[in-house]
Formats: sequence, C-alpha cells, structure tokens
Amino acid sequence: MSSDKKSESFSLEALRRGDRAEFARLVETHYEMIYRLAIRMLNNPQDAEDILQETFLKAYRHLKGFDGRSSVSTWLYRIATNEALMFLRRQKPDQVSIEEPLEEGESEQPPLQIVDWCCLPEETLLSAESQAYLDEAITHLSPGLRLVFILRDIQGLSTQETGEVLGLSEVAVKTRLSRARLRLREELSGYFGERTLEGKGA
Amino acid sequence: MMDQHECRHLLGSLSEFVDGALEENLCAEIERHLADCENCRIVVDTLEKTVYLYRATAQETTVPEEVRQRLFHCLDIDDLLDRQDD
Repeated sequence: MSSDKKSESFSLEALRRGDRAEFARLVETHYEMIYRLAIRMLNNPQDAEDILQETFLKAYRHLKGFDGRSSVSTWLYRIATNEALMFLRRQKPDQVSIEEPLEEGESEQPPLQIVDWCCLPEETLLSAESQAYLDEAITHLSPGLRLVFILRDIQGLSTQETGEVLGLSEVAVKTRLSRARLRLREELSGYFGERTLEGKGA
Repeated sequence: MMDQHECRHLLGSLSEFVDGALEENLCAEIERHLADCENCRIVVDTLEKTVYLYRATAQETTVPEEVRQRLFHCLDIDDLLDRQDD
C-alpha cells in the first residue's frame, strides 16, 4: 500500500520527541485517507471533519505510546475507526459495537433482487444521483460491516491490514466483507433494477 | 429449474470468487454452477459491478482545502501548513 511506504519514512523518534515539523508531515500525508474513511462512515461532512480533528488530536497526545509495531497508517486508522464507532454509539447507544455478533445467524440471506442492471450506461451508474444513493446505502450496513467494507473496498486495504485495524481475524474480515457486499448488491439492485426496467419500457 | 440448495451453498463464496481469490476446486465448482444457473450469474455480475462502482467513486472524494486548514489550525501547526495556492 502506498501510504504504508510513505509512513515508513517517518522518524518515530522525532515524532515521540514532539517534533512539530515531523508531526505536520504525518498529518499532511494521512489526513485525506482519514477524512475519506470518516465521510463514508458517517455520510456527513461536518461529522467527518470532527472525526478527522479528533483522530489527529488523539494521535498527537498518544504518540509517545505508539510502539511502531504496526504501520503509522494502521495506527491512525485504528484511532479513527474507534472515534467513528463512538460517534455512532452516541447517536444510537443501543446498536453500535464492533463486537456485535453477525446478527442474522449462520447463513447468508439469499438474494432477493435478481435483475441484471450491468447493462446500464456508465453515465447512469456513475451519475451524481447514483453516487448519493451509493453513499446512503453504505450507512444502511451495521457499523461492523460498514467498516470492513470501507477499509477493504474503498480504502483498498488488504484483508490482513483490515484485520489489524479492527482487531479481527482474516476469516472474520472475509465473512463480513462478503455480507456487506451482498447486502449492498441487494440495495443497488433495487435502485438500478428499477432504472433497467424503465429503460425497457416495462 | 436450478438447484436452490446449491445456490445457497455457494453464496458465501461469491465475494471471494469475484476477487479471483478462491482456491481452484471451489472456483471450478462455482463456474460449473454458473453455466447452468442464470440467477446466480446475475448475482455474480451485479456483485462484481457493485464492488466496481464503489471503487470507481472512491477516487472522487476530495477534501476541501478549508477542512485541511482548520485541521492544521486545531492542531496548532498552522505555521507548517504548505499553502496550496497555485
């Protein structure tokens, strides 16, 4: 991952010493990825900015405790995902935990939406309206599934890196990713399926 | 009529299948199933497209410059902010 390569070039010693210039470099290198995570997680620019600021404030305060065993970006992601979960927990105190059992039992829900919408033109699939729907659909996932999906499919982390950030085994990451994708497929099929049928004059 | 039991049995592997990350035997089993099952073909195609669309739009999120400036300000490192005025 490219951000990992960049983070390897940070001087941990300088960061721990409180070197401001080195810290500024760390912020500059990572703020975009943290903001992207936060905005996908919360789907609200103001909340995402709060998470962004809180993440780097916490990072600054805890630099001395950062042992360098994981990469800087994994460590920052970990802080940011905790912040995002805490934020969601404050919004809906009963529902949010990364530890949550995968609620619907052992097996996957069978697909209900069987419409082939792949043939829709790119300008429909990637329109601003579709984009808004895609963003909205992510927030329908439980926070545990949402985080795995965002880290793997949007931020492009590997299964192993995602597991490190979230404290999950690779098997658990794969299971959650599978459920998240199938559920989003279901949502998108409802949305784009209608457009496909309209196009055929049905 | 397709074998619904087999569809359900394979469903949990489709995510890894679209990533091309599945071991050979299971991959071949899914391909055999897909040859006979149109519903599952649609599920696989739309699953693949779903992942593709999210990846395609991931690149488009840019962080507003004011957000960056406020971040540096709240961290008290404004003086180290490289202005992006060009």
